[in-house]
Amino acid sequence: MTDLSDDMLKQASTLLLAPGGLDVQSLDAGLGHAMGRGIDYADLFFQRTWHEMWVLEDGEVKDASYSIDGGVGVRSLSGEKTGFAYSSQISQDALLDTGRTASGIARSGERHPPSPIQVATATARYRGVDPLDGLSAEEKIAMLKEADRVARAADPAVTQVSASLTGVHEVVLVCASDGTLAADIRPLVRFNVNVIVARDGKRERGSAGGGGRYSMSRLRDEGVAERHAREAVRQALVNLDAVAAPAGQMPVVLANGWPGILLHEAVGHGLEGDFNRKGSSSFAGRLGERVAAKGVTVVDDATLDERRGSLSIDDEGTPGQYTPLIEDGILTGYMQDKLNARLMGMQPTGNARRESYAHVTMPRMTNTYMLGGQEDPEAILKSVKRGLYAVSFGGGQVDITSGKFVFSASEAYLIEDGKITAPVKGATLIGNGPEAMSQVSMIGNDMALDSGIGICGKEGQGVPVGVGQPTLKLDEITVGGTQS
Amino acid sequence: MSQAFNAVEQQARLEERAAMALGYARRAGADACEVGASVDQGVGVSVRLGETENVELSRDQSIAVTVYVGQRKGNASSSDASDASIRAVVDKAISIARYTGEDPAAGLAPAELMATDLPELDLHHPWALSVDEAVELALRCESAGREQSGITNSEGASLSSSEVVTVYANSHGFIGSKRGTRHSLSCLLIAGSGDGMQRDHDFTTARRAEDLASPESVGISAAERTLRRLGGQRPQTGRLPVLFAPEMARGLVGNLLNSIAGGALYRESSFLCDALGETLFPTWFTLGEQPREIGGLASAAFDADGVATRDNVFIDRGRLASYMLSAYSARRLGLESTGNAGGAHNVRIEAPTESLDTLMQRMGTGILVTEMMGQGLNPVTGDYSRGAAGFWVENGQISHPVEEFTVAGNLREMFAGLQGVGSDIDRRGSIQTGSWLIDTMTIAGQ
Repeated sequence: MTDLSDDMLKQASTLLLAPGGLDVQSLDAGLGHAMGRGIDYADLFFQRTWHEMWVLEDGEVKDASYSIDGGVGVRSLSGEKTGFAYSSQISQDALLDTGRTASGIARSGERHPPSPIQVATATARYRGVDPLDGLSAEEKIAMLKEADRVARAADPAVTQVSASLTGVHEVVLVCASDGTLAADIRPLVRFNVNVIVARDGKRERGSAGGGGRYSMSRLRDEGVAERHAREAVRQALVNLDAVAAPAGQMPVVLANGWPGILLHEAVGHGLEGDFNRKGSSSFAGRLGERVAAKGVTVVDDATLDERRGSLSIDDEGTPGQYTPLIEDGILTGYMQDKLNARLMGMQPTGNARRESYAHVTMPRMTNTYMLGGQEDPEAILKSVKRGLYAVSFGGGQVDITSGKFVFSASEAYLIEDGKITAPVKGATLIGNGPEAMSQVSMIGNDMALDSGIGICGKEGQGVPVGVGQPTLKLDEITVGGTQS
Repeated sequence: MSQAFNAVEQQARLEERAAMALGYARRAGADACEVGASVDQGVGVSVRLGETENVELSRDQSIAVTVYVGQRKGNASSSDASDASIRAVVDKAISIARYTGEDPAAGLAPAELMATDLPELDLHHPWALSVDEAVELALRCESAGREQSGITNSEGASLSSSEVVTVYANSHGFIGSKRGTRHSLSCLLIAGSGDGMQRDHDFTTARRAEDLASPESVGISAAERTLRRLGGQRPQTGRLPVLFAPEMARGLVGNLLNSIAGGALYRESSFLCDALGETLFPTWFTLGEQPREIGGLASAAFDADGVATRDNVFIDRGRLASYMLSAYSARRLGLESTGNAGGAHNVRIEAPTESLDTLMQRMGTGILVTEMMGQGLNPVTGDYSRGAAGFWVENGQISHPVEEFTVAGNLREMFAGLQGVGSDIDRRGSIQTGSWLIDTMTIAGQ
């Protein structure tokens, strides 16, 4: 894709600064307020978002909503201390108030003048379009009705269909005392289908969805309404026939794509810079050590074109990057923002993210995935005498200190004598991150990324992320079903 | 705290903004309209290893408008409550309502259900303390925890204090507003090292600063909770009784409430569809809400539809006596609103209670669960399987910590298998309960 152009900065400046009587030149004064005595770094983060959601239920689009939010977040750093304030007004007065408040974190010490501004050069990972504009209201409604029609026609057991189309048009501008000046326009869209099926007094659910950083028109052109509707019904019908999951330790084969959520939980969070600086992660101080089986390579990659987790620049203005975390089983890198990188004597990796201007920046994942290996996925399944094949997951959680993680399968099957047999319900996997990574014994040649549905939560802040992996075999992991 | 914030003035301002939005919506062609607006302001400080780490001052505002044109509906919202912004929001909501489909159930709640008495519920108790004082309290909390032998690291202590003003108004002429405060102090500590590292936390929260637990007691309790987890083992896979500590039992009550909420019912997304009148719990168990409790953490005189709140009994001597309905979900189900648009308020249990020791004695051998992880509940079937940590109980006595296992069952069976409720009631939330002893669940460990 092309370079982030001056044009991006002009557009952002017009949308964010001009309405409050500001321009790029006047940001020096704003930074000055935030660079009080004893402050060694400050940044101003301007943002405006236009968010739209259309929801279909009972065959009709009965509900739709639109919201506009925006403002400026001002952060002043002094050593390990952070002062933070924000305002939903973007004006010279607001910069004065928030700057003085944020810089109040330190009250003595030297005054450091901001460095001369340099416009950041970064490669655009997506087009700076308004994704909401890509389809007319009629076309949006037609897509949702198409999903309803396809799902209901797919099987007579379908009793409920709900579908949603969401889009966010986000414009950001970052100006920092280290001279950073950068802007970005980030489209994000998603289409989702949920169904309920009922048969013989049993009821089950299924869901499917996806999207990325592009216009809503792409969703229509790629026929996602039909695809996700069929997939949601297929999953629900599988679960209708599911038997209770086994309980206990056994080999587990994870399908490619979305099951990469395991990496996100088991490994990803533990490699975020803040937890490692504080020594509260089970991976702290282990750079250069073996933390996973040979052959396991995990990266965080913000540079993939138009992916849900991709970033041309992060929320501190650092260009999005490809960051190896584990290479052939050896821990080689952490994900960093400027604060934690500086305190650990490392380089920022473009992982500084925040939910909005009203939230403080933290090191976060972008698209995190495991690279593919050599094995044929069929051969991986064949190698298992009795175990679990997990195809899709609902959600997961990790305790980064003890390394314990949990996640719940939304579609899984028994493996018996190398063959996929009965579908099972209620399977939860529980393990310890580094231990599970040492259990990886076969890595498939079918690496795939997820369809674009991930939201990662950390300290109450949600950000869109991507995950991915090839088909994987873990020799022994605890499955928490009810059949002991 | 240090930002000027006059809640009474803000309340008057938001009421005026809501009235302006209603008036403009009527002129712009809406047949009916409702407006929700809020403003909150707060201060949060955190300290770590004896030093200030973060100081954050926040002020958020939002105004959200729903318009009805015939039976069609549109929503729009903004963080800007200026005249121009409100007009743009209303215009956008009306333009959306041109495209949405007819919904026979759409519309405001019936006018006769609007709250008419709006009693003073005593929810607003601002805390006049400076950032420095806030830091001092957090430092005292963390330091009391770190002084406990065996604590090796800290994620710090945090203190936050916030005031919120909310207004709801609709074109029946209803306008209701409230202001409230919430103050919290928490501490998260780490013990052990390397592979044996453990973390845990404790917190205190209240509407009045004087109702908070002392900073030292929170720090010491966080340390004790962390230290007792060291040396955790994996339990054997098998079927055992499970005792859920109060914070975990609160989650089970939350699962019950989500399953009897109107939205889940009309979407057929609950295992309790068509279960009204069924006996779900033992006959000694009653559960309801007291929304108008004075000073309660979730007290409210009207719900998110403007409907008067009332004392509801959801589980009456074991039987599912009422669903939890908003005006919309009630219409969808052919029932009446129960004043629960936006959820339940101050949920309380009426049951004979026993001390935690007595419950452990009754359990004999089993697991006391003090932490859960993951989202392993299928609301459609009630199938439940979550990651857990806690303590192995042998002959009624805590034997050793256990971790990295799952507890699994089905909510319907778990509710029916409730053996007792503890007197160790956790009063720090909208849902208040003691421990729950469940007869048997599947444990998956080693």
